[in-house]
Amino acid sequence: MKLISIDNIELQTRRKGSAGWNIAVLAVALVLATPVLAVVTLAFTSSDGIWDHLAATVLPGYIWRSCVLVLATGALCLAIGTGTAWLVTMCSFPGRKIFQWALLIPLAIPTYIVAYVYVDLFEFSSYLPQIRSMPGAVLVLAFVLYPYVFLSARAAFLQQSFCVFEVARTLGCSASEAFTRVSLPMARPALVVGVLFVAMECLNDIGAVQHFGIRTLTVGIYDIWLERGNLGGGAQIACVLLAIMILLGVIERTSRQSRRYHETSSKYRQLPGYKLSGWKAVFAILACAAPIFFGFILPAVTLALHALETNWEPELLLYGANSLILTLSAMTLLLAVGLILAYGVRILGSGGIAATAVLIASIGYAIPGAVLGIGILVPLAGFDNFLDGIARASFGVSTGLLFTGSAAAVVFAYLVRFLFLSYGSLEAGLSKITPSMDMAARCLGHGEWSTLRRIHFILLRPAVLSAALLVFIDCMKELPATLILRPYDFDTLATYTYTSASLGLFEESAPAALAILLAGLIPVLLLTRVLELSRPGTIGGQGDS
Amino acid sequence: MSAIVVAAPAFAQENGEVTVYSYRQPFLIKPLLDAFTEETGIKTNFLFAGKGLLERVDLEGRNSPADVILTVDIGRLTQAVNQGITQPVASAVLEENIPAIYRDPRGHWFGLTRRARVAYASKDRVDRNGISYEDLADPEWKGRICIRDGQHAYNVALFAAFLEHHGRAKTQEWLEGVRDNLARSPVGNDREQVKAVFAGECDIAIGNTYYLGVMQTNDQEPEQKQWADSVRILFPAFENGGTHVNLSGMVMAKHAPNRGNAQKLMEFLSSETAQQLYAQINFEYPVGEDVPWSERTRSWGSFRADDVALETIAENRKAASRLVDEVDFNR
Repeated sequence: MKLISIDNIELQTRRKGSAGWNIAVLAVALVLATPVLAVVTLAFTSSDGIWDHLAATVLPGYIWRSCVLVLATGALCLAIGTGTAWLVTMCSFPGRKIFQWALLIPLAIPTYIVAYVYVDLFEFSSYLPQIRSMPGAVLVLAFVLYPYVFLSARAAFLQQSFCVFEVARTLGCSASEAFTRVSLPMARPALVVGVLFVAMECLNDIGAVQHFGIRTLTVGIYDIWLERGNLGGGAQIACVLLAIMILLGVIERTSRQSRRYHETSSKYRQLPGYKLSGWKAVFAILACAAPIFFGFILPAVTLALHALETNWEPELLLYGANSLILTLSAMTLLLAVGLILAYGVRILGSGGIAATAVLIASIGYAIPGAVLGIGILVPLAGFDNFLDGIARASFGVSTGLLFTGSAAAVVFAYLVRFLFLSYGSLEAGLSKITPSMDMAARCLGHGEWSTLRRIHFILLRPAVLSAALLVFIDCMKELPATLILRPYDFDTLATYTYTSASLGLFEESAPAALAILLAGLIPVLLLTRVLELSRPGTIGGQGDS
Repeated sequence: MSAIVVAAPAFAQENGEVTVYSYRQPFLIKPLLDAFTEETGIKTNFLFAGKGLLERVDLEGRNSPADVILTVDIGRLTQAVNQGITQPVASAVLEENIPAIYRDPRGHWFGLTRRARVAYASKDRVDRNGISYEDLADPEWKGRICIRDGQHAYNVALFAAFLEHHGRAKTQEWLEGVRDNLARSPVGNDREQVKAVFAGECDIAIGNTYYLGVMQTNDQEPEQKQWADSVRILFPAFENGGTHVNLSGMVMAKHAPNRGNAQKLMEFLSSETAQQLYAQINFEYPVGEDVPWSERTRSWGSFRADDVALETIAENRKAASRLVDEVDFNR
């Protein structure tokens, strides 16, 4: 048995059939990249020479604080997410079954809500240092963002063959050495994706970061655009942000190129369940309980108490329905698009034009929502007005604005914004499927579509579902782009929460905030089930118990 | 499904509708629009967003459904005009209801309410009864002042007025002085500065007047009444000037599909009834000279508005905003 297959095999299938994939991937990627390209174009419009002024004054500070925020939050999330994922997957201790799903719950809380709650609770406390500070922001963000790492880490651990640990142990590794030398390196691609999600969320965050008074690049963009009315200057700073993201993406890709990890064994046994007892068990329980307490229980209870004191508007049902419809439409499209792109890149290789186009399309995740909203209006309104112009010229009728100011525009925004989540999860899932599968299928006469449908889709099911649920939760929470693009007299749970919270009516916004949280809770619970089913060699989810 | 709304072609004729894009929150504007519908039978469509509406109207171009745009701050009103997304309105009613200093001479923007930028002084720790804006840089206040982000439109407008009174060098010196007097790095909105006074973090908070009323009457969050109770308003004035006043206002969109209705709405919003509603709901000062203040705003005392023209403030904004960066006000 090969321990790990480390190879450099690209799927060399560049034959006639690939042309179709090439076109499909390029076309989809280009459509989704238009808003990003629009932001870049905006950067070339007049910015009133603000660049020199900013570079000489506040810009270095913006960049510095963004970097500190991303690095510190990323590191903390990596530690919390990986550590807890390892504990609940590989060890056995009281409460483990509950922690397996409960650790995901903080994902359901939008960062802007958790920031409000924490500042409300702890500002001016005489026992604690100032919460409105960098350390305060890092801690609070890490408590709600670590599930991104936990999710990928647990999925990766669950998919590892126990045989590799047995071999590692017979070769003289202790349990912790087996973790650091075998399990962790094998999970690396998944961990990197999880940390990248966290990094992007930190970089584009506005509500929470602003509330903590941390002037990051994104806060700077808003400042220059909105307070100074300088969209060109704002777009220029947004390009700095994009450059950082592309750099992160490239580093991740090049570092992965030289090492590939595929499971080649089909032997899966029950995971070990190292029994923890005594102080070790206590430590494990505390380590798992703390992030849940700070990331969910404390803010949720606070919100619930506020929500009890206020009237529940009947419109909440309508807003909830709006949120759901937008979210489900976007989710369906994101999965289809993500799958096409991820599989296309697998076939076409990660070095080509198509892969670059996909990279550009997926960095919409890094652009602050409100700026992306404008980036989306540019091509969308441009298209609508172009069509309208033709209709007026040729038929003397106006088609008006077809997409701009419609719910479709909001769905498009979600596609652009969250493509990275669906593409990233699916790509990570695909990377774990050994290319020998493709080769075997192709040798047996299956084409690319048939291989995708009959082999990958089955193996990918867990990745598809986790992508679906991540996207679901993030679409439910999305605020800034929805706010700018939505039709008039139209609200979602998130926009309603914001509208009331921006009045300082924290209480009034509590029911809607709670509704977002509950809506996010359902997929989180589903996700747990899915994760367990994802362990290869398990039948009906009986494996990891 | 009513939830999926595909925008109706905005090319329609006058059809008993008017569409409002608003930077101001629904709780404030909806009652006014309802009153308008009741009076005229014209249906209103409403879109609220705190950001990006001007850009949206701009990009929507000639098909934009927007008729009237409501916003705050003289900077944003003039920005809309400079973006070329407004059209002039010639209306005897508007000219009668809104004094000339609170509307654009070319008829593009119109002020609806006034708000003064004042000092909220701790009742316990500040015993003087007057203060000037210039005083805020006095070392006497070291570590005792709280203010929101120096780049916020409300602050930039105040600094732009200072610039007009004193020139660049003195303004820079003053900003450095105020910065050195801050109790903490600027964070939070105006109301949270008052909260900081309540919590003992600082003794003077800079903020807009109406927030005091909002806090005093906040039954949803009664603790805000305590914040409000810990301070009293000092109306600062410039040496040789008055108290800095900013506006909330409105413009008519350049491609307004319902021009007639838009003008009716604008006239309605400038009427005494509507201005009184504003004054009652959000404790702002009406622009109309004859419109009575609400009882609560009267109880805070009176002031003399500074005489630097709003257009001048708008012109000085850029220079003021750059000074904020240059002195690293938000450090």
